[in-house]
Amino acid sequence: MIPAAFEYYRPKDMDGVLSILEEHGDDARVMAGGHSLIPMMKLRMADVPHLIDLQDVGGMSDIELTADSIRIGALVTQADIIDHARLAAAAPILREAALQIADPQVRYMGTIGGNVANGDPGNDMPGLMQCLNASFTVVGADGERDIPAREFYEAAYMTAREDEEVLTTVTIPLPKGGYAYEKQKRKIGDYATAAAAVQIVKDGSNCVSASIAMTNLSDTPIYSEDASAALVGTAVDAAALDAAVAAMLEDIDPTEDNRGPIAFKNHVAGVILRRAITRAWSRA
Amino acid sequence: MPKKMHIKLNVNGKDEEFLAEPRELLIYTLRERLNITGPHIGCETSHCGACTVTIDGKSVKACTIFAAQADGKEVTTIEGIGGPDDLHPLQNAFKEHHGLQCGYCTPGMITRATKLLEENPNPTEEEIRFGMAGNICRCTGYQNIVKSIQAAATEMNAAKEAAE
Amino acid sequence: MKDEVTREERVDNLKGMGCSRKRVEDARFTQGKGNYVDDVKLDGMIFGDFVRSPYAHARIKSIDTAAALEVPGVLAVLTAADLEPLGLHWMPTLAGDKQMVLADGKVLFQGQEVAFVVAEDRYAAADGIEAVEVEYEELPVLVDPFEALKSDVVLREDLVAEDGSIPDGAHGPRKHANHIFTWEAGDKDPTEEVIANADIVAEEEMYYHRTHPCPLETCGCVASMDKVNGKLTLWGTFQAPHAIRTIVSLISGLEEHNIRVISPDIGGGFGNKVGAYPGYVCSVVASIVTGKPVKWIEDRMDNLMTTAFARDYWMKGKISATKEGKITGLHCHVTADHGGFDACADPTKFPAGFMNICTGSYDIPTAYLEVDGVYTNKAPGGVSYRCSFRVTEAVYFIERMIEVLAIKLDMDAAELRRINFIKKEQFPYTAALGWEYDSGDYHTAWDKALKAVDYEGLRAEQAQRVEDFKAGKTRKLMGIGLSFFTEIVGAGPVKNCDILGLGMFDSCEIRIHPTGSAIARLGTISQGQGHATTFAQILASEIGLPADSITIEEGDTDTAPYGLGTYGSRSTPVAGAATAMAGRKIRAKAQMIAAYLLEVHDNDVEFDVDRFVVKGAPEKFKTMKEIAFAAYNQAIPGIEPGLEAVSYYDPPNMTYPFGAYVCVMDIDVDTGVPEIRRFYALDDCGTRINPMIIEGQVHGGLTEALAVALGQEIAYDDMGNCKTGTLMDFFLPTAWEVPNYETDYTVTPSPHHPIGAKGVGESPHVGGVPCFSNAVQDAFRPFGNTHTNMPHDHWRIWKAANELGLHG
Repeated sequence: MIPAAFEYYRPKDMDGVLSILEEHGDDARVMAGGHSLIPMMKLRMADVPHLIDLQDVGGMSDIELTADSIRIGALVTQADIIDHARLAAAAPILREAALQIADPQVRYMGTIGGNVANGDPGNDMPGLMQCLNASFTVVGADGERDIPAREFYEAAYMTAREDEEVLTTVTIPLPKGGYAYEKQKRKIGDYATAAAAVQIVKDGSNCVSASIAMTNLSDTPIYSEDASAALVGTAVDAAALDAAVAAMLEDIDPTEDNRGPIAFKNHVAGVILRRAITRAWSRA
Repeated sequence: MPKKMHIKLNVNGKDEEFLAEPRELLIYTLRERLNITGPHIGCETSHCGACTVTIDGKSVKACTIFAAQADGKEVTTIEGIGGPDDLHPLQNAFKEHHGLQCGYCTPGMITRATKLLEENPNPTEEEIRFGMAGNICRCTGYQNIVKSIQAAATEMNAAKEAAE
Repeated sequence: MKDEVTREERVDNLKGMGCSRKRVEDARFTQGKGNYVDDVKLDGMIFGDFVRSPYAHARIKSIDTAAALEVPGVLAVLTAADLEPLGLHWMPTLAGDKQMVLADGKVLFQGQEVAFVVAEDRYAAADGIEAVEVEYEELPVLVDPFEALKSDVVLREDLVAEDGSIPDGAHGPRKHANHIFTWEAGDKDPTEEVIANADIVAEEEMYYHRTHPCPLETCGCVASMDKVNGKLTLWGTFQAPHAIRTIVSLISGLEEHNIRVISPDIGGGFGNKVGAYPGYVCSVVASIVTGKPVKWIEDRMDNLMTTAFARDYWMKGKISATKEGKITGLHCHVTADHGGFDACADPTKFPAGFMNICTGSYDIPTAYLEVDGVYTNKAPGGVSYRCSFRVTEAVYFIERMIEVLAIKLDMDAAELRRINFIKKEQFPYTAALGWEYDSGDYHTAWDKALKAVDYEGLRAEQAQRVEDFKAGKTRKLMGIGLSFFTEIVGAGPVKNCDILGLGMFDSCEIRIHPTGSAIARLGTISQGQGHATTFAQILASEIGLPADSITIEEGDTDTAPYGLGTYGSRSTPVAGAATAMAGRKIRAKAQMIAAYLLEVHDNDVEFDVDRFVVKGAPEKFKTMKEIAFAAYNQAIPGIEPGLEAVSYYDPPNMTYPFGAYVCVMDIDVDTGVPEIRRFYALDDCGTRINPMIIEGQVHGGLTEALAVALGQEIAYDDMGNCKTGTLMDFFLPTAWEVPNYETDYTVTPSPHHPIGAKGVGESPHVGGVPCFSNAVQDAFRPFGNTHTNMPHDHWRIWKAANELGLHG
């Protein structure tokens, strides 16, 4: 498997990146770890005449925690997320999810920026970011703008980021309450058959806020506002779980693939969400 | 034709400089340009780990990184881990515990295991299985690979203790 | 001087049979110094790669290579038109059919080889492939063999006469243009009669899905034609290097002595590397045309999509029994999907391999088997993936039929097996489908296995689990998978086994060096089995020289004696026997030398571990080391100098390893996720040469069985597109998905094998697949399940639960 020939660039700063993007438009693509893009190039399913390696661009490799938010640079890898003790304490769902992505080697190379920006419905971080109500900072010739994760994904591989823009930072409001990232997959290295990200806040015996997003069950990640709402004000009892699952099923639109037919995926989505909510609730 | 790139790598302690097409994958640089044939090609889509090398302290699948991306970095392959006169405990343990059969996955497997034990010198069986999950073996069923890594860990820890 | 070393120490020093000798192969493998085919690098070497068909069935209207030839670095593009004048556009298959080397007017499966681009490097070859323009006209696609047998669409026009009639194939009359053969074994009418009149009849249809051996190293070769000397050297991933040499000679017209085939280290084979593939032919032609060495290495998609699938058997069974559970008859019909060409790797007379071992381990008085081979628009192959020819299919069939019969009888499946096992005293036992089982002690093995796992306790736990499930206390069911298998391996007797007319004997040649070390060469080739270690152990015990002093060499046809290679667990049964027999020839000569040196009659010395001793006077002896030296420096009347021997061994029978496996599995009814709690494997492979290696083979074979049973599949859509071309979708388990296995053994030596060994590499796969599958099926048995098809991936397990109404 040999990719088609391309020009390779490794600019030292964002201006350098943007000027190449501006010059080549659609023909140029940025790459972080490359573990989504390079296999596609090798299979000649992605044609990238101009490849821009971001690794030398500074300022995108840090994890910053403040009192109310977390900022993660686009080049932070899954392995960085897993190893960051303060991050794991502040937002344990990130570590729980990252551990379920690919395998150790891929997690060393795979970045959060690549995972969220690529628009691959199989990627885990987009759904998680929707659950956490993150926003993505993109920079282009006209400067920076922030796009909420919940508005970022339009279709498979289609996002609100313009071709000439680069995703630089993921900002996450400090998550509260209990959490769970539940994923069913066929084996290590596989995308989800169904995955659910749940963050839940408990006050007394009732749920006061909840956030639910699903992965690989539509051509985009699915933040299910109705499923989240179904839990709020309840004691997350059986009826509430049923209501949340029913609402989620209204929102997803899985397709058949080697992991199974639609009926199976819908069923498993329900089971996985139920388990995620139960686990998150037990931790709330 | 895209212009060739001037690439510098340090491979197993030796500086290498060469001109290469940007699309040259690191695995081909190692195997064909530098005649370092320990790392193998198994799946080509970053699933099997037969091509695993260490780049600047990280386990990486050399089939999914261009040589250009590794420019300026240190690369360690099985050849740099140990040879006839300085066998790594993992190399010895794989032999002692029958942790290999056809040998095709072995260089990547051992290379990955060196990093696993650096990061976690005392892994449980579960941690070994999870930490080695990026490397596929078709022959052994992994049971003796796990055993080999456990044995190497014990030996390395004992040696460390003795040194202290 | 008195010998101070004890006899026991002398035995230990040999590292002979029965000890867990560490592998001599491992030093190079652990240091990255293996030498696999892709490591072969020759001066001026160029690369070849294929333009492949995106369609499963299409006519080729035109191939335009002009643009490809303009690509910098591209040297040549071969098409069928270029090969035709050489008569190489088609090649014979191992199954008596022929196969296109490059598409000759049409393509019959997705990924089929259409043109061969030869270029200075891999990059130019890849670019050249993109630049070849092929115009296709799509034709109707047949992916279902039952439909293919009814369809008007003719896949192989070359096999239909001009008047539309269907000429006979290599295995007799054909019923339809897309029909390949009908093969029968046993007695049809008596079997049908027994079944018609039986107390109890269980029937089942089962599909053994298409999968692939998928060794971690793909197939490939380097062909180097030396035009000065007229010699062709071909390095490649060949499980049968000598057979490849003969085939290359027959199809290329090069004289066989001018061809040297070398199998270097092989990164796993599992049956994938038995056949001859278009890549080999094209590489040879390209090397002849260009005068340069040509390397061709498959990528993973090429491997999964084109070379050597396994299984794809649609099996329909009937089994009859008395009310007490004594089996009276077995009927089996198979519709075998062979893909676009019949390229199964089976002995010539066995187009369905040894499927007629499907009476299994049971004393079944009457049986009948009929197999229909069918062409479809899928890749050719049908190799034995970690099994002897079609033995996994046979064992899966009978081990499922036993379970289905147990359900019908409402009987415990372990007990049903027990009352039907062939008894120890019945061996040698001639089965209803013709094979003569050499030896066995099934009851002992079964009882040992059931006791080891506390079978009664497991059944009690399972019953409780069902109660808990029904009471809503758990959503996990528990399955107990049983399997008792008998393999038929070690093909085989030349009287009934040949491949392309080559008898399936094997060979060993031994040379003892003057200083008492040795080299032995065999006609087989290790792909990870550890031959260099174990064959030296056989020899050590036979000739009394330490295994560490014996080099084993395989895979170079210029040096090794002719043999049929390594597959079907034949190395130990056939080449291992040849090794022992050659060793015995050495020993016979050594005996004469020893007698001469000790100045006694030949009959007055006897062999003892590492020496010949004078009978009744053990202090008088000559060690084998001393004898070896004498063979080269003493003029012994009536004895030629030197100490060498060669043996070509034609086994009198197959060997019949057996085993008893138990798997305990929990199944999450809601997600379809199985969890293997326990796996116990008892193997009886006869005499055990190296217990460490046996155990390793068992672990590996079980893991490949787990993969096949639980998800490993080559799947096609209706258009014949392969849906499982990368390791994202083709299931190879990682360490995370694999359990620890418990291994155990009994020893029932083969009575006809010189050392009593039977072969073990494939047993765990053959026995493992039904065991994993039976565990899944058993979990659902209390809710009315009789059979569901593999692979038992999450969604199919879920579907089984769903159809039984377990999702409320």
